[in-house]
Parts: sequence; structure tokens; C-alpha cells
Amino acid sequence: MATTAIPVEREHYLNTDYGIRSWLLATDHKRIALLYLVTITLFFFIGGFFALLIRLELLTPAGDLVLADTYNKLFTMHGQVMIFFFLIPSIPAVLGNFLVPMMVGAKDLAFPRINLLSWYLLVGAGVLMLHCIITGGVDSGWTFYTPFSTAFSNTKVIEAGLAIFIAGFSSILTGLNFVVTIHRMRAPGLTWSRLPLFIWAHYATSIIQLLGTPVLAITLLLVVFERAFHLGIFDPTRGGDPLLFQHLFWFYSHPAVYIMILPAMGVVAEIIPCFSRKRIFGYSAVAMSSIAIAVFGFLVWAHHMFVAGISLYSAMIFSILSYLVAVPSAIKVFNWTATMYKGSIHFETPMLYAMGFIGLFTVGGLTGLFLAALGIDVHVTDTYFVIAHFHYIMVGGAVMGYLGGLHFWWPKISGRLYPEWLGKFAALTVFLGFNLTFFPQFILGYLGMPRRYWEYPAEFQVLNVLSTAGSTILAVGYVLPMIYFLWSMRYGKIADGNPWGAAGLEWKTTSPPPTDNFREIPEVSWEAYNYDEIPSPAEVPVGR
Amino acid sequence: MSEPILSSKLYVGIWAALMCLTVITASVAFVDLGPLNTVVALVIATFKALLVVLFFMHVKYTSEKLTKMVIVCALFWLLILLFLSLADYGTRAMTRT
Amino acid sequence: MADSPPLAVEHDEGLHHQFVDREQQRNAASLGMWLFLGTEVMFFGGMFCAYLIYRYWYYKEFAAGSRSLDIWLGTTNTAVLICSSLTVALGVRAAQMGKRKLLVLLLLLTLVFGLGFLGIKGVEWYDKYVEHHIPGASFSAQDLIEQYPQLHIDPAPTQIYFSLYFAMTGLHALHMIVGVGIFCFLTYYAWRGRYTPQYHTPVEIGGLYWHFVDLIWIYLFPLLYLIDRKPLK
Repeated sequence: MATTAIPVEREHYLNTDYGIRSWLLATDHKRIALLYLVTITLFFFIGGFFALLIRLELLTPAGDLVLADTYNKLFTMHGQVMIFFFLIPSIPAVLGNFLVPMMVGAKDLAFPRINLLSWYLLVGAGVLMLHCIITGGVDSGWTFYTPFSTAFSNTKVIEAGLAIFIAGFSSILTGLNFVVTIHRMRAPGLTWSRLPLFIWAHYATSIIQLLGTPVLAITLLLVVFERAFHLGIFDPTRGGDPLLFQHLFWFYSHPAVYIMILPAMGVVAEIIPCFSRKRIFGYSAVAMSSIAIAVFGFLVWAHHMFVAGISLYSAMIFSILSYLVAVPSAIKVFNWTATMYKGSIHFETPMLYAMGFIGLFTVGGLTGLFLAALGIDVHVTDTYFVIAHFHYIMVGGAVMGYLGGLHFWWPKISGRLYPEWLGKFAALTVFLGFNLTFFPQFILGYLGMPRRYWEYPAEFQVLNVLSTAGSTILAVGYVLPMIYFLWSMRYGKIADGNPWGAAGLEWKTTSPPPTDNFREIPEVSWEAYNYDEIPSPAEVPVGR
Repeated sequence: MSEPILSSKLYVGIWAALMCLTVITASVAFVDLGPLNTVVALVIATFKALLVVLFFMHVKYTSEKLTKMVIVCALFWLLILLFLSLADYGTRAMTRT
Repeated sequence: MADSPPLAVEHDEGLHHQFVDREQQRNAASLGMWLFLGTEVMFFGGMFCAYLIYRYWYYKEFAAGSRSLDIWLGTTNTAVLICSSLTVALGVRAAQMGKRKLLVLLLLLTLVFGLGFLGIKGVEWYDKYVEHHIPGASFSAQDLIEQYPQLHIDPAPTQIYFSLYFAMTGLHALHMIVGVGIFCFLTYYAWRGRYTPQYHTPVEIGGLYWHFVDLIWIYLFPLLYLIDRKPLK
């Protein structure tokens, strides 16, 4: 008779069917979420590998590790893989897919087979991208600026462009699925104002995906056509305008950064109230801010083009609009902080990531305002200042939000607890490694070190060495969760339905959930974040 | 089920209107109206589009406000792209020294 | 017309398990298609933006390029698509009324019109090929320069016009081909009796897609063919 209390296995989404076919032909949103988890983790490490090579090259001022052309390929493919194959899918495709139906009280998304198609599109695009990387790579910069990408580059621009084109459709279909699910499949009693902010965030994200990604699709297609058929649409020697490419490209690629950050904000909005044992402060403000970010985010794209040759008057308009778009983000930061005020704070791993998010995202966001100022932008554009700015948001913000969300919902996803002390250790490692990597880059940029340069003046070396040192610490911080999450699936402490004592419909079912999510579809009669009614978990869940 | 069944006469009537408008727009193109040629062509095209959307695509008869919201948003976003891009191109001459 | 609910929900095989009832399923499908059409507006919209900018910059070359298109073939094609939209609309109506044979006939007619459109487009493109107006290595605007000396056009911007012409009509034709494919499936399933007054959602949303392709053409026609047709002095 076993003394370790492992309960008799009841049926849930993981054990309901075994075998590779049951996974590759899965229509269960939870299984598809895990398929995505595996895929994007692979791409995260590929993109991370390129980052490592970049940082190794930059240890010394001379270009002595790789050739200049190779370095161009490294930063290009680092950007493309990280943005299109890791960040854009990450939270929506993994956590969103898993949680959106559960949070609205549905059995699945509106279109489960389209959900599976989305995954296959990403995988297909990824295979094409990998082929491109292995057979020579691409060196145009992730931004594909013309006419270099269309007329002068000798690398596989067409293949990379097509890979990203296909990945875009994966993103569009995910967004479509979420919007229809949220509109049409909410449980009885679940009005819009009772929805978790995670749902509002994903709704806003999906709107951006639907309206913005198609423009990227047509733009990349035009680049492919131009390169393949020697057209002259973006070639200045043949009457074309390279700025037209940039307008079309950034029309998507700026809102794309909101695709990357809004879901992370949604994660943070779930974690903070839970670990402060308090209702979110300013629910409506946060919900409306998500929508505002989605809308305003489409009005600012030419701030990437201030020095490219657009008219001064349009630059001024875009500068003012860029200041405006910071306001809803700031409102969210204030509301999260106000939620923590006089709350009963618990510093579990998800909370550490969420708090790290708030600090790092704020730094990233504020430095964005520096860049939005025309006068300052002239000096720091295309320097490491920009690189530090967006890494603070993408890595300090989005990736920390993703990791925090993975830790928070891991018990629900796997039915196991990860080892808490290791989780805290990894979170702190990530935070330390991150700041050591990227803070020196603000200084480097301010001092004038340009981006995308494979060699640099000797006076910049110390800061570059600090940055590279930080990146190795950061890498350790990222590898640790991979290891202990896998470990926990076999040896982790068994989780009950609601180990954190959190609000939200997903916590009202078992961990892991059954395939249809709920025994019975709940009828909702309570407001979101009703932490005054939910007791704290009896003991802090500590893994062994 | 929730959508009413429209009469075939209505559909044929809309079809006839669309055919007439097509002939008109092609014919007017040969008349010199100066810059108004483009305006007239686009106005006629928009009117034809409205007929297709409202009647053939049943938008006039649907009770779903969300459908109309989707159409309006898509068009509005397209206008954002066109208008703000044009704001650059249209003002470049002004800043050329 | 009120539907009586199915006797036992578990046995309603046409109802996918994530939905509560048929109406929710139908509303979801409809919203999904409208959202997809919204994305298509933005997809074509990117090209409309490029078109807008370059027409603003190179009006003369766009005018000359436009004149080189056959306005009669273009007008005929517009009429063909409008006819196809009529047959689609009448087809949805037939499905709503449960008239299977009429539905199949109308869907087949739609296919005929659709293929007719593609055929005429093929003829037009062949003409462009013969006139060396296809962008690329063999492009030549010399014939237009000589034909319209009063316009004073340059060859490079003229190639931009034709690049956009082929990109826009090409992608439109591609959407048309997809539409034809979808309607082949619809015709087959209609013939097999799959669509009833209670369930004909695929016909409805397939119809929405077809009408959308017609809508794009309604704008492409004046923008590409009717830029400047007034008699030249």
C-alpha cells in the first residue's frame, strides 16, 4: 500500500488519449497550447543562440569572431526568429490558447480545427525559416529595408520573407479564434465587465493581429515579387520609394510590439491581485486601456522613420501621437501598483516576475518617450539606446510576463507544482542577468555606439563586456525553468484545483482540467477578482 | 434562421442597378470632367459596393450590430493607413528647402 | 420561422461540441467570416496604399498605363462578376428555402461566371505579354511613349504602374481561384443534399467570401482601367 498520496488517476486532457496521432491531430485547445509551447521554446533557444554569438563577437572591439557578413546574418535572424517565431505567438498561443476558453467558461475555442491549422502554419513557416537559416541565412536586418533587401542582398531574402508571411497567417487565425470565442461563447452571466483582464488583453491583442498582420503580409509579398521579378516598386533608381516600404512595414511592425506586450500585461493583471489578495484597482481603466493601446498603437508607426526622410510635419504628428500612446500603458502601471498598496503581498515566483515586469516595462516605456522626442531621436536612433529600449520591453517585459504566467498556471496545465525555491532563484537570476545585459546598452547608445555594427571603438569595450557577462547569467536563468518544469511533470508535488487561491473560472476546475474543461458550464454571478470572498490557500505551496 | 428570406425580385433589381452603374461609370470615363472624373468613378464604385454589402451580403437585414462594427472598423483602419501615409507624402514638398 | 429544438442535443451531429446550440454555431461562423473579410480589406489595402502614393507621384504614367488596358474586356468582366454575385445571392435564398436542385443550378452558374472572369483575365494578361507590358526583363514602355507623346511619360514609373496592375489583379485572381475551389465543394455537397433550411451555413459564408471578391473588383476596375480616358487633344 503506497504511503505517498498519489490519487487514483482520473481522466483529464493529458491522459485521455495517448500516441503521437492524438497530439498531432488534437483539436483540444489545451493540447494545442502545449504543442505551441514545445515549438516556441525550440525557437527561443535558436534565437537565443544567435544572441549568444552576437554577444560573443561584441566582447572585443575588433571584428574577430565572425565575418562582417555573418554578423549581419546573426542580428537579422536573431530578430526574425525571436519576434515572429517566439514573441508574437508566445503568450497568446500558449497561455491564451490554454486559458481563453476556460476563462470564458467554454468547452473549447470557437474553431478548434482552425486552431490546429494555426499551429501547423507556424510549424511550416518555422521549417522554411530553419531551412533558410541552414542554407545560408539572410542579412537584411529583421526590418527588410529596401532597396538592400530587394536589390542588393545576396542572401535568402525571399525564403525568409515567405516564412514570415506564412507565420503571419498563424497569428491572424489565432486572433480570429479569440475574438469570436470571446464575443460568442461566454458562459451565462459572464458579462464583459466580469471578464478577467487577461481576456481583455487578449481581445485587444487579437484586434491588432487581425488588422495589422495582413499589411505585413502584403508588404513582404511585394518584397518577394520585387526581388523575384526585378520590379522597381521600392527601388529609387527606378522611380520607387524605399520609404513606402517602411511605411507599409512599420504600419504592422509597430502595433506588433503591442501584440507582444499586451498579453504580458494581461498576465500581470491576473498575478498581482492574486498575490496581493486584493481586487484589481481600476478594473474599467485597465480594460479600456488595453483597447486604447490597441487603437492608438496603429497611429504612431512613423516614429521608426523620423530620420529616414519623411516630412518634418508628419514627423511632428507622429511624435505627438507617440506620446499619447504611452498614457494607457502608464494608467495600467499605476493601477497595478495601486492594487498592491495595502495588499497582503506574497512573494511567490509568479509575483516576482510580475513585479519585475512592472519595473522593467516602466523603464522601457519611459525610454520610448525619449525616442519619441524628435530632437533626442536624432542622436540616439539606430544606436544601442534603441536596442536597450526595446529589449527592456520585449525581454524585461514580455518574456518576464510569459515566464510569470507559465509559473502561475503551471499547476493548472500540468497538475504539478514546480519547486518554489528554484523558481525564485531562477527569477532573480533572470532579473539580475537581464539588467546586467541591457542597462549598459542604454549608456552605450547614449555615448554613440551604433547598432548592427560588428566592430566598435575601444572605449566601448568595458560596457560591452558587462553586457555579455549579463547575457550568460540571463541564459542560465532561462534554462533553469525548462529543467525544473520537465522535472516537475514526473516528480513535482501534486497540485489541487486552486493552489494559489486565485479568482477566475479556470481555477474552479481540476488540475489538469478534463478535456471539456468543466463538469458543468458555470453560471457566473460574481465580479472578477473577488478576493474578499476567496480564502488564501491554506499553506503556501512549496515543491519538494 | 434568424435572417429573413429576401425576394428574388429584390436581388434582380439590385443586379440591374449594379449593371447600369457599371455601364455609366465606363461611359462617364470618356467625358472630360477634369479632376471630377476620379471622384465620380469612386463615388459610383462606393455606391455599387454599398448595394452589394447591404443587400447581397444581407447587412441591411441583419440584427447583428457586431457585423456592422467589423465592417466599419476595417474601413476605418484602412483609412488610417491611407491617410497617415499620405500625410507624409503630401507634406514633403512643404519642407523641401 | 421558429425551429423546434432537436429532441436530444447529444445526437445532433451537425452541432460541434464546443457550441451550446445551432444558433451559436451559426453566429460564430458568420462572425468568423466577417472578421476574415476584414483582414482581407487590410491585405488589399496595403496595395491600395502603394497604388495611391504612386498614382499621386506618377499620374501621367498611370494614365498611359490605364489607357493601354482594354476597357471593354474590363467592363465585361465587371458585369460577369456582378452576375455571379446575383447567382450567389439567389443560391443562398434557394438554400434558405430548401430548394436543392435550384441551389445546385445557381452554384454551377456561379462557377461558370467565375471561370469566365478568369478566362477573360487570362486574355487580358496575354495581351499585356504580347505588348511587353509585363514588368521584368522584357518590359518596354516604348509603345506607350510613342502612342501618347503629349503625356511625356517615363518608362520606369510606367513599369511601376504595371507592377501594381499585375500584383493587384493577380492577387484578386488568386482569391477568385480559391473562391472557385470553395464553390466546387459547395456545389458537390449541395448536390449530395447536405444543405437544408436549418443548416446551410457554408453556403452563406461561402457567399460572403464571393461577394467580397466582387467588391474588390468593383474598386479595382475604376482605379486601374478608368484613370484617364478622356479624348486627348
